[in-house]
Order: sequence, then structure tokens, then C-alpha cells
Amino acid sequence: LQQRRGLRLSSPAAIQVTVRDALNQALDEELERDERVFLLGEEVAQYDGAYKISRGLWKKYGDKRVIDTPISEMGFAGIAVGAAMVWLRPVCEFMTFNFSMQAIDQVINSAAKTCYMSAGSIAVPIVFRGPNGASAGVAAQHSQCFAAWYGHCPGLKVVSPWSAEDAKGLLKASIRDDNPVVVLESELLYGVPFEMSEQAQSKEFVIPIGKAKIERQGTHVTLVAHSRPVGHCLEAAAVLSKEGVECEVINLRTIRPMDIETVEASVVKTNHLVTVEGGWPQFGVGAEVCARIMEGPAFNYLDAPAVRVTGADVPMPYAKILEDNCIPQVKDIVFAVKKALNI
Amino acid sequence: SPEERPQFPGASAEFAERLEFIQPNVLAGIPVYRVMDRQGHVLRPSEDPQLPKEQVLKLYKTMTLLNTMDRILYESQRQGRISFYMTNYGEEGTHVGSAAALDASDLVFGQYREAGVLLYRGYPLELFMAQCYGNASDPGKGRQMPVHYGCPERHFVTISSPLATQIPQAVGAAYAIKRADASRAVVCYFGEGAASEGDAHAGFNFAATLECPIVFFCRNNGYAISTPTSEQYRGDGIAARGPGYGLLSIRVDGNDVFAVYNATREARRRAVAENQPFLIEAMTYRCAAGNSPRECGPGTPGSPQKTPIGHHSTSDDSSAYRSVDEVNYWDKQDHPISRLRHYMANRGWWGEEEEKGWRKSSRKMVLEAFEQAEREPKPPPHLLFSDVYLEMPPRLRRQRAELERHLETYGEHYPLQQFQK
Repeated sequence: LQQRRGLRLSSPAAIQVTVRDALNQALDEELERDERVFLLGEEVAQYDGAYKISRGLWKKYGDKRVIDTPISEMGFAGIAVGAAMVWLRPVCEFMTFNFSMQAIDQVINSAAKTCYMSAGSIAVPIVFRGPNGASAGVAAQHSQCFAAWYGHCPGLKVVSPWSAEDAKGLLKASIRDDNPVVVLESELLYGVPFEMSEQAQSKEFVIPIGKAKIERQGTHVTLVAHSRPVGHCLEAAAVLSKEGVECEVINLRTIRPMDIETVEASVVKTNHLVTVEGGWPQFGVGAEVCARIMEGPAFNYLDAPAVRVTGADVPMPYAKILEDNCIPQVKDIVFAVKKALNI
Repeated sequence: SPEERPQFPGASAEFAERLEFIQPNVLAGIPVYRVMDRQGHVLRPSEDPQLPKEQVLKLYKTMTLLNTMDRILYESQRQGRISFYMTNYGEEGTHVGSAAALDASDLVFGQYREAGVLLYRGYPLELFMAQCYGNASDPGKGRQMPVHYGCPERHFVTISSPLATQIPQAVGAAYAIKRADASRAVVCYFGEGAASEGDAHAGFNFAATLECPIVFFCRNNGYAISTPTSEQYRGDGIAARGPGYGLLSIRVDGNDVFAVYNATREARRRAVAENQPFLIEAMTYRCAAGNSPRECGPGTPGSPQKTPIGHHSTSDDSSAYRSVDEVNYWDKQDHPISRLRHYMANRGWWGEEEEKGWRKSSRKMVLEAFEQAEREPKPPPHLLFSDVYLEMPPRLRRQRAELERHLETYGEHYPLQQFQK
């Protein structure tokens, strides 16, 4: 018995890590790895971050690497862009991406377009990160999804992690990327634990930007989502599986450049497409997926029009029952799949 | 009683027992520092920076060369050869006075009316013109509107159109530079109108809180397109805002190159030594072309002899909001070029001979560069796709290849001879 117990004491493989801790690890590792990386934003230093993403980092790295800024998004985004133009690699935190609208000129007109407008002579290796999209009971001005807005712009890369591994791998890749990258996190996911493989726990674990991941294999329908809705898709897939419908769930991971090839290959296999997103329908991520599928070889394999599941086309209301019904729920995804499959 | 001081974290000050509001222009305006009078005489010998003759000549030649280039490029826009232009008439003193006071490696963030800084640093006429024409020699690959120059080798950040966005960027750059190299400064130029933008407020505030080696240089020329300063602000200009942010501030006569030089030099020295920001407000005027109407020459051959009034840009006609009398006053009475010429003449460094000779040769240089720019082809079409990201993404590579194939088959239907291969 003693021997058997001894044999079981091997090194741990996967462990449970929350998205918050995964992001914190990513920041910690990249701050350690490259002295040019620094974090700035409101409350990131002494307060450990409004959502505690930067917990412990100011204590460890000090004033030069983790900077509390005055309340001016346009100010600190502009500072970060200027620092990136010269030598440093800033990680600029927006308390939520809703506030990034105050800085959006610096993000788009400066960060995104400068490489092109300067004919390649000025690089802007900057990361803009923060929570994006719906939260809980924070109403219209704190709940907007910016995936479509930033995904629209050439010159930017835009990632939208779901799991803890996504969060860590994509944030590390974004910080190491020499182009401006927007990292759209989700406040509702911060506290959610995910299994993190041994490989993902390593300091060199990086997920390539621009590559989607098939979270679940299936044969009847392709579900494409990013961020929190990926979890809802997996739940819907479990429900549908009991009814004999096997969904293939694709986690986009990157909004721009979008890995449409993975979606195409899946649609060729399943012949049905349902997109799921938290953002508003008009000009959204789902609209782009559908347009690109239409333009490519997978169109000929569709047996039915694609169906989009999106947030309701209203500013987010405050009352819980209203809010709950404004974001895609598992039942909405199940309904959409049945509509696509005509069952 | 002495123990009773306010204990608020937000401000350290004494108590006051009388209700009294602070007047906005409590000092009747911050005074304007100058070294020379309008006839080029140094008022206080101790303030004369006593620059060597070659440097003073370089200041003068840079200002006048810029003026000549401006006239020719302005005319070329009126004739439809380039799409847009902005002249620097009347503000040349702010450019060269400050540029001369900086180290060659100090990083410059401009707004759009600082071409003289780049010219002082040796940027060739050919490249100014190439950028305005958007032709194949343009280091900017024809990507931007005219006057949006940039030169990494001369530490001049590429001009970006939205106003005042360069201000917090300059602060961020100064922050980065402070960490990397303790001997460099950043200079950030902007107009008094751009200073109304939120970015300016944030930039000033952050420069102080982050303790950055930066000199903010405001060109107050009296107008933002048609908006006079009386409608732009009600306080005492831009200099008076500085102390509110914790910036050491000064107002100078922007048409006096030595005043500009002295202020910039000292501000730069202390900004680097003490890691704190400085604010210089250079008062000037957006002028007409020549430094007096009788000295204005013709523009490009064939164009009517006239004095272009200093409009905001070629998209503006300032006769709609400024009287000819007002403009003429500034042309005749107080122009940076003529004041420096008086100074040089007083020292026997420059006379009619030199003036005539220089006018001829500078005009020749500009016209030669101009003719070359006119002849050059545009950049090759495949440059459409590069530099969106540092590495070209597969989608754009495919589109570029598509265009190449398309041109191979249908090239004859396109004016490809205008473009470099």
C-alpha cells in the first residue's frame, strides 16, 4: 500500500486557475522577461487593479513598471502610445473598454495607423487591455462590446480570450507582438476557474494570435463564438447532444486577424453555421463571419442560411430580468441550432 | 495661530479669512520676454546669446529658405499640382530659434507648422517636396497629405493630423527617454488653438506627475483658422495655464529668434537636469509671405505677382476674417526675418549684396528641387499593402498578388507610366 501511494505522488499535471490569476501570471512573467514592458492605467498599482488583475505587481516591480495614472483615458492612452513609439512596451489598461471611447482617437488614429502612415518607420508595440462587453447589473454605459469596433480597423490586432489558457497565452503573445494589440477580456470570466495544462503553466506558453481553437468536435452544426459565449456554446452542445445533435464549437480566440479557415473547414464538414456573440447584431462579429463564409469555398457546403445569435439591439438595461434577456443564453443557442437544422 | 494650518491632502496653503476670488489675469498678463527690439537692437547685452556668425547666418538662411519654399509650394497647390499645403509665414522665428537651442538628438513632436525645425536639422528640400508630391522618393511612401513630414534619422516624429494628440504622446516618449537616456529631451510643438483640446490638458498634467524631461512649445499666432484668441480662451493665454499644472512657464516674443533661443535653451537644460516639464508660449502672428510687400517676388513662373496672405492652409481664405491692414502691420513692423536681418546688418554681417545673392541662390535651389519633384513618378502600386502591420498578413499578401496578376493582364488600361515599377 505504501508503495502504491508513493507511485501516485508524481508531479501535478493540470491545475485549476482562474482567468484573473492567468492574466496576472502573464503580466508577471512578461514584466520579468523584458524590462521595457510596463503597465499603466487607473488603480493598477497601489489598489492592485480595479479588478485585481495586477495584484501584487506594483509591490514586486515598483513605480517604474506599474504606474497609477490620473483619470484621463485620452491622456494615458496617448502617453502609452508615445512611450511605445520610442522604446518601451506599454500595457495600457482601460478600466473597462467602455471608457476606451474617450481614448479611441489615440487607439485608432495614432496606435493603429501610425505604422502605415509613417511608412513603417514608427512601430507602436502597445497592448490595450481591459474588460469588454456585458457584466452584471452595470447597465448601458458599462456593458458595451467593442469587438466589432476594434476588429474593424486595419493596423490593430484584436484578441478575445475565453479560458484561463486563452487569457494567459494570448496576453503574453500580445505583449510580445510588435504591433498594437487590443485584448478584450470579460469581467464575468475573471473569477471562473479553468483547467490549465502543465504546458500552459510554463513561462514560455504563448498562443499564436490569429488561430482559432476547436473546443469540441461535432458533425451536425458549427458554432462559432468568442469570449464568454464560448462557454454557453459548450453548455448548449451538451444539451443538444442528449437529443442526438453533435455541435462543433469553435473558439475564435482572435477577432482580427480572423481565422476563417478553421470555420470554413468546419462548415465544410457540418454544413450548418451558427454564430454566437455578446455584442449587438448590426455590423457585428457574426456578420463578418457570415460574409466571409459566403465569399469562400464553404458557401457551397451550407445546407441552410447561417444563423446569428447576438446581444439584443438595445442599450443594456439595468434590471436583472431585462439584462438576462439581452444577452445570449444557452436556450437561445439551442433554439438557433434547431432553426439552422430545421428540427 | 501657527499650529492651525489646513491639513487637506489635496493642497498645501494657508487659511484665508476674507472672501476673495482670484482674478484670471491677476498679473495683467504674463510679460513677453524679448532680447531684440523691432529694429534688431539687443536691449540688454547680458541677454544676447552671442551666437557665432555662422550660426546666426544659418538661422537667417533657414528662415528665408523656408519662406521661399513655402511660396513655391503654396503656388503649386493653387495651380493644382499638389492637393494641399500649409505655409509657415511669420512663424519661422519660433522654428529656428527653438531648433537651434536643442540637441540634434532631442525628439521633436510637431503639430504641422514646424517645417523650419526639420529644415534646420538638415532635411533636404528634395524630400520636403517629395512628401508634398507623394512621389516615389518620399520616405513616407506617399501615404499622407502634404506637410506631414517625418524623419527618424533627424528625430522628428511623423506629423499626425488630429490636433494635440501629439501632446500626451510626447509626454509618454519623454517618460521612456528618461528611463533610457538621461541626456535627451523631448520638445512638443502645438498651436494655441490645439491647446484647447482635452489631450493638451491631460498631457500637461501627466508631464508634471510623471516628472518628464519635456519642453512644451506653444506657437500662439492669434488665430485657429478663423477663430481669434478672444474666442479660443478667456484666460491669460497658454503660459498662464502652466503653473496650474505645476509647469515652469514663460511667454516669449516668438518673432525674436534670440528670445526663443534663450528660453528654449534654458528650459531644455533644466528639463533634462531636473526631470521636470517646461512650458514656453511664443507669441507670433500668422503672416503674409514676404517680410514686406515690396520685397515679395513672383511665385512660380507665369503666376501673377501678388503677396499670398498667410491663410491657415490652402483650404482657407483668411480675408474672410482678417483685415489687410492687420496683416500688413505684422508684415512690415514685426517680422522675425527682418528683425534678424537688422541684427546682422548692425554687425556688418549682411548687406544688400549678400541679400541679393542669397535670394537668387536660395530660389534656384528651391526651383531645382521643385522641378525634380514634378518629374518623379509616384510610388509603386504594391506599396499599397505594406506597413499596415510590421509583418504583412497573409490576406494582404494574397490581395497584393491578385493586384499583380490583374496588372499583368490589364495593365495597359491603367496609367502605370506615372508610377515607379
